[in-house]
Amino acid sequence: MSDNILEMRGITKEFPGVKALDNVNFSVKRGSIHALVGENGAGKSTLMNVLSGLYPYGSYSGDIVYEGEVCKFSKIKDSENKGIVIIHQELALVPYMSIGENMFLGNEQGSKFAIDWDKTHAEATKYLKIVGLTESSKTLIKDIGVGKQQMVEIAKALAKNARLMILDEPTSSLNEADSQALLDLLLEFKKQGMTSIIISHKINEVSYVADDITILRDGKTIETLTKGVDDFSEDRIIRGMVGRELEDRFPKRTGIPIGDVALEVKHWNVYHPVYADKKVIDDVSFNVRKGEVVGFSGLMGAGRTELAMSLFGRSYGTEISGTVEIHGKEVKLHSPRQAIEAGLAYVTEDRKGNGLILTNPITVNTTLANLKGVTKGGVIDHDKELAVAEKYRQKLRTKTPSVLQNVGNLSGGNQQKVLLAKWMYADPDILILDEPTRGIDVGAKYEIYCIINDLVAEGKSVIMISSELPEVLGMCDRIYVLNEGRIVGEFDKDDASQEKIMARILSTDSAAKENRQ
Amino acid sequence: MTTKTKILTFVQKYTMIIALVLVTGFFTWRTNGKILMPQNITNIISQNAYVFVLATGMLMCILTGGNIDLSVGSVVCFVGTVGAVLMHRELNMWLAVLVMLGVGLLIGAWQAFWIAYVKVPPFITTLAGMLIFRGLSNVVLQGKTMAVTNAKFVQIFGGGANCYVPDIFHGEGINLLCLAVGFTACLVYLILTFRNTLSRRKAGLESEALYKVAIKAAIIVAVVMFFTIRLAQYKGLPMALIWVVLVVLIYTYITSKTTVGRYLYAIGGNETATKLSGIDTKKIYFFAYSNMGMLAGLAGILTIARLTSAQPTYGQSYEMDAIGSCFIGGASAYGGVGTVPGVIIGALLMGVINIGMSIMGVDANYQKVVKGLVLLAAVIFDVVSKKKNS
Repeated sequence: MSDNILEMRGITKEFPGVKALDNVNFSVKRGSIHALVGENGAGKSTLMNVLSGLYPYGSYSGDIVYEGEVCKFSKIKDSENKGIVIIHQELALVPYMSIGENMFLGNEQGSKFAIDWDKTHAEATKYLKIVGLTESSKTLIKDIGVGKQQMVEIAKALAKNARLMILDEPTSSLNEADSQALLDLLLEFKKQGMTSIIISHKINEVSYVADDITILRDGKTIETLTKGVDDFSEDRIIRGMVGRELEDRFPKRTGIPIGDVALEVKHWNVYHPVYADKKVIDDVSFNVRKGEVVGFSGLMGAGRTELAMSLFGRSYGTEISGTVEIHGKEVKLHSPRQAIEAGLAYVTEDRKGNGLILTNPITVNTTLANLKGVTKGGVIDHDKELAVAEKYRQKLRTKTPSVLQNVGNLSGGNQQKVLLAKWMYADPDILILDEPTRGIDVGAKYEIYCIINDLVAEGKSVIMISSELPEVLGMCDRIYVLNEGRIVGEFDKDDASQEKIMARILSTDSAAKENRQ
Repeated sequence: MTTKTKILTFVQKYTMIIALVLVTGFFTWRTNGKILMPQNITNIISQNAYVFVLATGMLMCILTGGNIDLSVGSVVCFVGTVGAVLMHRELNMWLAVLVMLGVGLLIGAWQAFWIAYVKVPPFITTLAGMLIFRGLSNVVLQGKTMAVTNAKFVQIFGGGANCYVPDIFHGEGINLLCLAVGFTACLVYLILTFRNTLSRRKAGLESEALYKVAIKAAIIVAVVMFFTIRLAQYKGLPMALIWVVLVVLIYTYITSKTTVGRYLYAIGGNETATKLSGIDTKKIYFFAYSNMGMLAGLAGILTIARLTSAQPTYGQSYEMDAIGSCFIGGASAYGGVGTVPGVIIGALLMGVINIGMSIMGVDANYQKVVKGLVLLAAVIFDVVSKKKNS
């Protein structure tokens, strides 16, 4: 018993209409790194929010036993006082404050009415050293990179005397090198007796760093795997997450003829909109043919979204140069409107932020990019609009009680379908799909893949940007690899593999680093 | 759905109408029915005509994302000043009206340009406008009052003693024209409603249950006929009502049926998504604020007609009446939500509270306190009910 620092017993948490956690048991050994994995919506974050007191005692049922005593946290401060510190996925740092100010925000040194700045910065420096940062604690947060910001978050947690550190997707916005540094730091802490819980989607990182892995699915604990006892392979963990073997994850696409070049981009250059001397896209040339699905693979921050958005009517970046040809004719696209009229569509990766109007019904969202399809002389034909929305609801099998339902009430997969419907109704020849299956469950993913196959069967061209290599390999006819704004590789479906693509990314990564030194 | 949630959604959907009924009931009780006397009903309309017009324009701005226009009070004053001066110089009245609307539109466009194309925050742009046009009105009038003596102008825009649509049927003791107009309006409304519903059903599209449509229509017809009869018992249709109804009809149509209206809501709902859908969002901002200027011009016309003069102090805190009506009427402070009829109900609620308290003899300062509390309560309700939903 005593070797467990934390035990959560029979935790059940309900939201209106949903049982987010269903009798979850979760125990963490003292001085270990415990990973919590599961698909989106499996209940990982909810469980951690219960632990941290964000969902106060009484709003869930079950017991939290920490250091041998039952805890009833009513707010985050309560759990922090006990040494439980959560580091959220979205960085919670104020950009225009210094590292030191951020680290002690809400935990100010000195008295309430006289902050002791000397002490603040001295303490901050101490903790920065522990996490291996050499920056001055007076440096502003906005002036350091994301990787270092994540380290500051950890230093902040240490400054709160953390004994149990919870990291929610700590590496999701970090590049490979920064992620590695962070994971190694966690291992270092472990040697000194710190206990950590890490939530992550990146299975390879989890099996590298964790001592135990607990798998959640649909709000239930499925199993806990222990290093040295159980199989820690990626397949084994994924099987636990999805509950079945992953076969036929991608629908077959056969007999679709690949035609002429539909989109040809040559020597495309884009600079960062704020840091004007930073080149985000560097001399990129590529093409897509009729009936073809072309993938863009690369790490986070490789410039894939930036490339797509700059092509789509210069929605991103400055000082853009290069040429775009659609069906062999050069086009100049200076606004999204012009891009749409030229037959291009960009389906955003951020469907909630940039894609949909969550407070509006499916009808409004479906017609937004092509409202003139249902208008006459500036007047909207509401009946026709309903009919259009209904047609796409049936075609894409969007699950909703009514097309007058607000999009915000739909699940992620169904929202994605509405977003696709919106762009399909704009009737483009070339669709750029940016992370089309992000944050949706396996079943809905399969349906999205079928829609993509239907689109190319109609003679359209699809560009698919995806961070999930298996998806790119399973769906694309051709794959470009992008790294640091440049195309560093092009593979045909038949000679592409996960290893080859990763190797290409990593080799150029280190080559780029050598160049810089 | 359980009965409880059904009642809840009903209350949420019709909160402000229920509030209006309750408040009217309260004042009917406290004033021994005086508030529903024909003259007072006429007054509620004439006194608040400018609020209805300004609130309609303000809604377009608020829809784009909770953006407000603080300058409207000063613009009302300045446009009124221009009109008074022009008519003082014996300019043709219709020409003067056109110039006034034009000046309003120009001022609107001036502010809209900075807001839409230079991205100056609306709050600051219109705060500047508030100072500029108040100051200019003072400069032109040199701090004095200028009378508006053009009788025809005053009558047509709802001022003076005889600001009613003449009864062409010459009814005895009751205004027959007023009755006829009210009756026709109800008839047209009924025909349109049922034709729409039936054609929708025929096309197999979603529509409300027929009995619900019928109940709604019956209530609306009853209310309209009640007020028509009340107005007819007094002096008939106030001219101001004609202008208000015109504005309300036009803008209800624009917001619910046209692409411009749709884009206003879309921007407030998600500006980036709207931009990436190929919509020129700057143009829509430009429309909202230019249009606000023009409607402020119309409100200026109504104001100087009703008060038969222009003064440098006119229009003060009109912007607050308009903004308040919008939020009370269900517009979201974050944009993207709100309707013209809702805003009109918000303005009516304020108007009823105003006149009710005046009849009761409540001190004007306390009236402000009550109005402030009503505004706060409305927004609290909005925020809390949204939180519960999510």
